[in-house]
Amino acid sequence: MHTDSVTRLSPPVGYGGLAIALVVASILSLSSGAYPVAVGQIIDMALRGFSDDTTARFVVLDVRVPRLLLGALTGAVLAVSGALLQGLFRNPLADPGLIGVSSGAALAAVAVIVLGGSGLAGWSQFAGQWALPLAAFAGGTMTTLIAWKIAHQQGQTSVALLLLAGIAINAIAGAGTGLLTYYADDSALRSLTFWSMGSLAHARWADLWVAGPWMVATLLIAPLLARPLDAFLMGEPVAGHLGYSTNWVKRGAVLLAALGVGAAVAVTGLIGFVGLVVPHLLRQLFGAGHRLLLPACALGGSALLVLADCLARVVVAPAELPIGLVMALLGGPFFLFLLMRHRFA
Amino acid sequence: MPDNLTPLQPQPAILETHSIAICLGGHPIVEDLSFTLRPGELVALLGPNGAGKSTLIRALAGEIDVPPDRVRFAGRAMRDWRRADIARHRAVMPQKVDLQFPMTTREVIALGRPRESAENRQRIIGELMARLDIARFADRLVPTLSGGEQQRVQLARVLAQIWERPAPHLLLLDECSSALDPAHQQLIFRELKQLAAPGVALLVAVHDLNLASQFADRLMLLQSGRVVAEGTPGEVLVPDTLRDVYGLTCRVEALPEGYPMVIPTPESESRANAPGRLRSMPTG
Ligand SMILES: Nc1ncnc2c1ncn2[C@@H]1O[C@H](COP(=O)(O)OP(=O)(O)O)[C@@H](O)[C@H]1O
Ligand SMILES: [Mg+2]
Repeated sequence: MHTDSVTRLSPPVGYGGLAIALVVASILSLSSGAYPVAVGQIIDMALRGFSDDTTARFVVLDVRVPRLLLGALTGAVLAVSGALLQGLFRNPLADPGLIGVSSGAALAAVAVIVLGGSGLAGWSQFAGQWALPLAAFAGGTMTTLIAWKIAHQQGQTSVALLLLAGIAINAIAGAGTGLLTYYADDSALRSLTFWSMGSLAHARWADLWVAGPWMVATLLIAPLLARPLDAFLMGEPVAGHLGYSTNWVKRGAVLLAALGVGAAVAVTGLIGFVGLVVPHLLRQLFGAGHRLLLPACALGGSALLVLADCLARVVVAPAELPIGLVMALLGGPFFLFLLMRHRFA
Repeated sequence: MPDNLTPLQPQPAILETHSIAICLGGHPIVEDLSFTLRPGELVALLGPNGAGKSTLIRALAGEIDVPPDRVRFAGRAMRDWRRADIARHRAVMPQKVDLQFPMTTREVIALGRPRESAENRQRIIGELMARLDIARFADRLVPTLSGGEQQRVQLARVLAQIWERPAPHLLLLDECSSALDPAHQQLIFRELKQLAAPGVALLVAVHDLNLASQFADRLMLLQSGRVVAEGTPGEVLVPDTLRDVYGLTCRVEALPEGYPMVIPTPESESRANAPGRLRSMPTG
């Protein structure tokens, strides 16, 4: 008989490490890019209240700070939503996209990109610069709602049906997106590609004001679901026996993930892997209990995405890589490494 | 004055069901079932595979809707209990719990006791682990434990839910010993028997007839969703009944320990007879 016990990171050490990673990533993010600004210079400016009217001030305050905040929020929301849905589906491989929110948002966004000058010209004129994010948000939350309605029968929502409905809806939305790309001209195709691989390059304060509240709400409310989700890991009946209202847990987790991820995707495009890898990795360090895991995911997800964003703009500077591409390039091999290590351990 | 003659205060029944019927997928699974669980009782729920034991337990656990007012818990209609309140009085062990996440024994048991001071919780967890002989696995990941070890961990989680809390308590345990070795079966049932104190009743689905005979105050034998026999082990464990219900040929011996023991015998009268008998039996 083997007696190997697991050891977990103590919360102060774990959170401390993640917080340091986030701070380092943030400093890198503020200073690096096509127009490098030294860290000392940023501190100088900050001490003087950003009063001087220089290029550096503009770059840092109007370009990099919103970009940093949006990246951090998006990473946190994707990772936390991933953890919520993995708990709900009792599947460590669940991803925020599983409930249809990403594919629905993508379909709507691509429709606006491709048909913005023709079929959807009215919408584009009406909503102006918000035509795409609003459509993406609506598309993402609507597809999730459809999946939910399909899974909801006789007053009960079947988690298994929700998963299957999500997969089917993802396929349909993917087909719709594919069809639309046939109609895309060259420029539409380029922005479409860029959007579908995610980017923080166009992050502005306005994006933050519009998408931020949804994301912040998701992050603040999610911890309320921590205890019931712990119980859900044993299955929905056990959660019920332990006194939790399982219907509210299901509703809450799906709603939070749909709103948070919907808002994130609407302004940043599709960024994969964060929602899958971050909870998976942090679960090994902090354990599966959601009370420690959810805050860790928020910290870890934002640190990872901010770091990936730095790479995205440094590697091929002055051009930029889509951040989704960077995430896949980093996350894919890293995930494989984790799997192999488990395999041969 | 002999103690056992002092009149007991009449305690209300822990659980009463009044002619409940349960349908699943359009099929009647449990029909016209009425029974009472009194305080201090350990009742074994017996019956062949598919008899409806798990369905009944799931219904009593609130997983499956039953007609309102047909089930009363501690004198109140089950549906009048608030979910969070009843969880302090009723604990349920499902037939199967499948955990795929990396949680340790301690963490799993702690789920049974979410709102408790950390100190108290650790003390309760420690005591339950000692009683159920799982302290060795305290910090091991539950998915890496053996089936029987996992079963004991789940039972500890279930017991944590009501441990040292005010009565009444109802424990619904669906085959909580099915994966255990004989010594641990004895250990677990001794613990359960100890729990069956005033204010506590246990309904335990088991397949092991002798375990039921040894520990249960009362047996309830289910067949096709109906109670076909109910009473003390001596009343229910009768060769004729067992042959009719299970198609099992056996003899029953009264042990000096004071309970009957079922000993299966070679199927001299061919087993093929059994289903025929079953079909011709009135099911009412
Ligand atoms: N969800 C369901 N839909 C239809 N039939 C069911 C369902 N669940 C259980 N049954 C049927 O109910 C009967 C009783 O099942 P169960 O209560 O699990 O039996 P057991 O006594 O072995 O625990 C079985 O015949 C089973 O096939
Ligand atoms: Mg069963």
